[in-house]
Amino acid sequence: MVVRYQAAMRGAVVAGCLVGAAAMNGAAAQTLTMASSAPITSVDPHYHTFTPNASLDAHLFDSLLDMDAQSRPVAALAESWKLVDERTWELKLRQGVKFHNGAAFTAEDVAYTLDRVPRVPNSPGSFAIYTKPIVGVEIVDPHTIRLRTAGIYPLVPIDLTQVAIIPHGLGKDPATEDFNSGKNAIGTGPFRFVSYKPGDRVEMDRFDGYWGKKPYWQHVSFRIIPNDGARTAALLSGDIGFIEAVPTTDAARLRTDKRVHLAETVSLRIIFLTLDQSRDGPTPFITGPNGEKLDRNPLKDHRVREALSIAINRPAIVERVMEGAAIPAGQFLPPGSYSYAPDLPPPAYDAARAKKLLAEAGFPNGFRITLHGPNDRYVNDAKIIQSIGQMWTRIGVQTSVEGITWSNYIARANKQEFSAYLLGWGSSSGEASNPLRSLVATFDAAKGRGAVNRGRYSNPQLDALIDKAVTTADDAAREKVLQQATKLAMDDVAFIPLHNQKNIWGMRSDLTYIARADEQSRAQDVRPVQ
Amino acid sequence: MSAALDIPAPPKEETPFQRFAREFADSKLAVLGLVIVLLVAVLAIAAPWIAPQNPYDLAQLDIMDGRLPPGSVSADGLTFWLGTDDQGRDMLSGIIYGLRISLSVGVGSAVIAGVIGSALGLIAAYAGGKIETAIMRLVDLQLSFPSILVALMILAFLGKGVANVMLALVIVEWARYARTARSAALVERRREYIEAAECLALPRWRVLFRHLLPNCMPPLIVIGTIQIARAITLEATLSFLGLGVPITEPSLGLLIANGYQYMLSGKYWISFYPGIALLVTIVAINLVGDHLRDVLNPRLQR
Amino acid sequence: MTTWLLRRLIQAVFVVLVMTVIVFIGLHVIGDPIDILISPEADQAERARAVAALGLDQPLWKQYGLFLWGGLHGDLGRSFVFNEPALQLIGGRMPATMELAVTAVLLSVVIGIPLGLYAGLNPDSLLGRTTMAGSILGFSLPTFWVGLMLIMVFAVQLGWLPSTGRGETAELFGVQWSFLTRDGLAHMALPALNLSLGNIALVLRLTRAGVRENIHMDYVRFARAKGLSPARVVLVHVMKNILIPVVTIIGLEFGSTIAFSVVTESVFAWPGMGKLIIDSINVLDRPVIVAYLMIIVFLFITINLLVDLLYTVLDPRVRLENRQ
Repeated sequence: MVVRYQAAMRGAVVAGCLVGAAAMNGAAAQTLTMASSAPITSVDPHYHTFTPNASLDAHLFDSLLDMDAQSRPVAALAESWKLVDERTWELKLRQGVKFHNGAAFTAEDVAYTLDRVPRVPNSPGSFAIYTKPIVGVEIVDPHTIRLRTAGIYPLVPIDLTQVAIIPHGLGKDPATEDFNSGKNAIGTGPFRFVSYKPGDRVEMDRFDGYWGKKPYWQHVSFRIIPNDGARTAALLSGDIGFIEAVPTTDAARLRTDKRVHLAETVSLRIIFLTLDQSRDGPTPFITGPNGEKLDRNPLKDHRVREALSIAINRPAIVERVMEGAAIPAGQFLPPGSYSYAPDLPPPAYDAARAKKLLAEAGFPNGFRITLHGPNDRYVNDAKIIQSIGQMWTRIGVQTSVEGITWSNYIARANKQEFSAYLLGWGSSSGEASNPLRSLVATFDAAKGRGAVNRGRYSNPQLDALIDKAVTTADDAAREKVLQQATKLAMDDVAFIPLHNQKNIWGMRSDLTYIARADEQSRAQDVRPVQ
Repeated sequence: MSAALDIPAPPKEETPFQRFAREFADSKLAVLGLVIVLLVAVLAIAAPWIAPQNPYDLAQLDIMDGRLPPGSVSADGLTFWLGTDDQGRDMLSGIIYGLRISLSVGVGSAVIAGVIGSALGLIAAYAGGKIETAIMRLVDLQLSFPSILVALMILAFLGKGVANVMLALVIVEWARYARTARSAALVERRREYIEAAECLALPRWRVLFRHLLPNCMPPLIVIGTIQIARAITLEATLSFLGLGVPITEPSLGLLIANGYQYMLSGKYWISFYPGIALLVTIVAINLVGDHLRDVLNPRLQR
Repeated sequence: MTTWLLRRLIQAVFVVLVMTVIVFIGLHVIGDPIDILISPEADQAERARAVAALGLDQPLWKQYGLFLWGGLHGDLGRSFVFNEPALQLIGGRMPATMELAVTAVLLSVVIGIPLGLYAGLNPDSLLGRTTMAGSILGFSLPTFWVGLMLIMVFAVQLGWLPSTGRGETAELFGVQWSFLTRDGLAHMALPALNLSLGNIALVLRLTRAGVRENIHMDYVRFARAKGLSPARVVLVHVMKNILIPVVTIIGLEFGSTIAFSVVTESVFAWPGMGKLIIDSINVLDRPVIVAYLMIIVFLFITINLLVDLLYTVLDPRVRLENRQ
């Protein structure tokens, strides 16, 4: 029952003839069939903040700024941007850019887009989170635009990378359905929309009037194959030339396979444990070593949090569970990111010290805990919590684990129903203010802070540092403050970082891809090996 | 019967059970099935004493032993005859415990559904009138929904868990018993012994459960056997879809689903052996049930 | 007949109402679709806006009332995820499921009846016995496991057939179908076979049992005595009598086949209704779930109705009034 790849590839020739997908000559050579791992929910680029949608949008649309492969903002439809005063950004727009319908791109389109974004009806995840800081738009000339913010807000260029520009000729309030049908799916991107079959595929043709580097592919078939095994099988059988999210279980094997090629990079997604900080009294899923009720929440004790953190053998999880498709983490961001704190290595595994810390905190015999996690959300989520269960049990914290379907899990996590639980966070901005503000700043609805701080960790000193960072306009100075804040949060074990995932793409061996930290799969970055 | 006859006629005092056993033994395949079923049942019941490892005890697992091929030896000298999964769980132990979960879910739900369904079916047949109409309408309603969808929705609402899976299976299964029990009881209640019992003015429940029920048992047993296999399959399917039992108490279905990810990377044993175990169990039960139907169904009797 | 139809109809409406209430309450208990759909970076105010946009800020009874009101006007709501009318969304996926289910049923007839006939006429032959033993496998094997094995063998190991998706489609009556193109057929082969396996076993066994039962009946003896060829006796006279239970079962199983395509579609990434419902349950897309279940109930009721009507055609002895 051992899988033989030779057989698979021999068969691929047959399958290739049958489906004509992998044919290597003639017009078909210019066709890329790629597989996305999750269904897109709309072609409307302002409907739903969702990575698969962003992947697709990157083919059809451009933003004023784009993220490069390492998630640093670079020029796109805007050629340059600068602060003219503390609260006003001026952007110079690229000249000679055409939309797919032939219309020329001007500042008018930017104003039109910014106006539409917050008003998309029924949006389950609005892009308004990126445009909200902008309170005023002023068209200086057709290729110059000024954006005013209410306060000092240095993240405007980064936020603009997420907002796709659509032409103002679409009229008042273009409907989401008209994007799905193709009528409104008009951007300035390297590919033109051809057709969309929900849950199945999007077909695209190269846009020959594109302003940037011409993509290699004449035609792109963007397929949706959520099943991990099926996606890998489709790559191996030659049905698909380029797949995203190669399962970690297959990556090690594929790396040594001559007929396929992998592109990988460390992602901005951190996997971490949240600990209940909302209760001083007993927390629901912790009891004493013999199952007796406790009168306090051990997780409020810094020593307990640290013990739980250093009891985790991160390299073992990375090597055994993630099969090398991650790097151990000691903070939000991977090395090399803006505002990464170099003096914060991943906490070293030290079971002996963990036991000592527990004893000091008054738990010489440990306690019982249930560790919760989703089982259908993050890469290997259910396996990770089981491994942590093993490790915690070894220091005397008798752990049972429970993996729950995401839909139910997230609702319960949002209600603070768990004591210790696994979550993930992808920093779309590629810098630390984003996770700091959302994950560890004190929960405060009025200020819009700590929105997903589910453990309700609160540290006024940290809040002050975060406030200072987001109002520091100078990049270098801000980076210092962000590093300081990160260090403070980690020293206090505000949460337990586990690892940064790696994004892995698989493709035919004659192709290359520029692996992106933001998980997007872009056909224009897939090219034949020179 | 005269002693002069030299044809060895079946002994006169053969009890119904002996006759049944003789007829059942006609099919070698069914006997083999029965042997396997008994073996599997013993394995499942004795799991804690025969499994080399308790696969649910996280303290006994070590991820450093993860994904070892069959026959590997752990650092502690334990041999993993069927290899290990990603958590370093001995697959043999996992399968034995998985059988335990799969069987208890299957048998448990079949028995509970059988008791509830048969009782309702008997009551319907015996009481007649409005009660019968009401119960049978409910049965029709239940049977007009596809079982997989009902189970899917129930589990989506209730969440994972062995008890929840059993509940879902009981809800989708009871109606079949009710229908079978009713039609069997309708035939039986016209028989003389029921009339006799009624003439003796025995309490109704006594007539119902002491006299009517035992005579309706054969078709119910056939249905029950087949339903056990169905329940095990359905549970495996639900677990495969991510709605069945929790990861900490893996049934065979969940073991298969977890291991499938490793099929393409050549670590076939994580999914393959649980698959075989599930297959053998279900086929064995169905072999028994299939032959039981032939033996107990008078219409097809030779 | 009219009362019978009317009673069925009232029953159906009642079933649908009860089901929608259960689904509304059930989904409400599981969680909140906004938690799943919204960008994690959204702040509390944006979250409140999204909740209001989908009407989830209203009390549940009010949401249900609005749903009923819409339903009366033929509007089952818009998908929370896709922002498209739920019915339109499901309708778009329906052809994929239908062609898969129909193909599966056709396969079960084409394979099941001849094998069943053979096994019934030659019960003690090696092939007859093997067929019967094989049929036990057919309804024992869990669909998902067989699907996985089919992919492993035919797609990965042998590479003969594609493993996922629908392949090329062509248009007929304004709908895209896979069975019209060679590539589409290749994509359909494995999932259709997978879905039909249980039905093949069922049809096979029914046919065999029917043959066994009928072959000794008087009418068969008379037909033989009249000198009719054995082939004619079996194919015309016996078949006529076997067909009734077979047609009934195929009809009734068609509904289950559609429901069970949930599993097959998940394994083969077949973009049909079953895949959609699983995805919708995962994101609590209530309008789609409710609409799907309503369609399935409607389908079941229609199928049962048709089967009953067909019964009267095939077997004039059956009177509708005698059935419930």
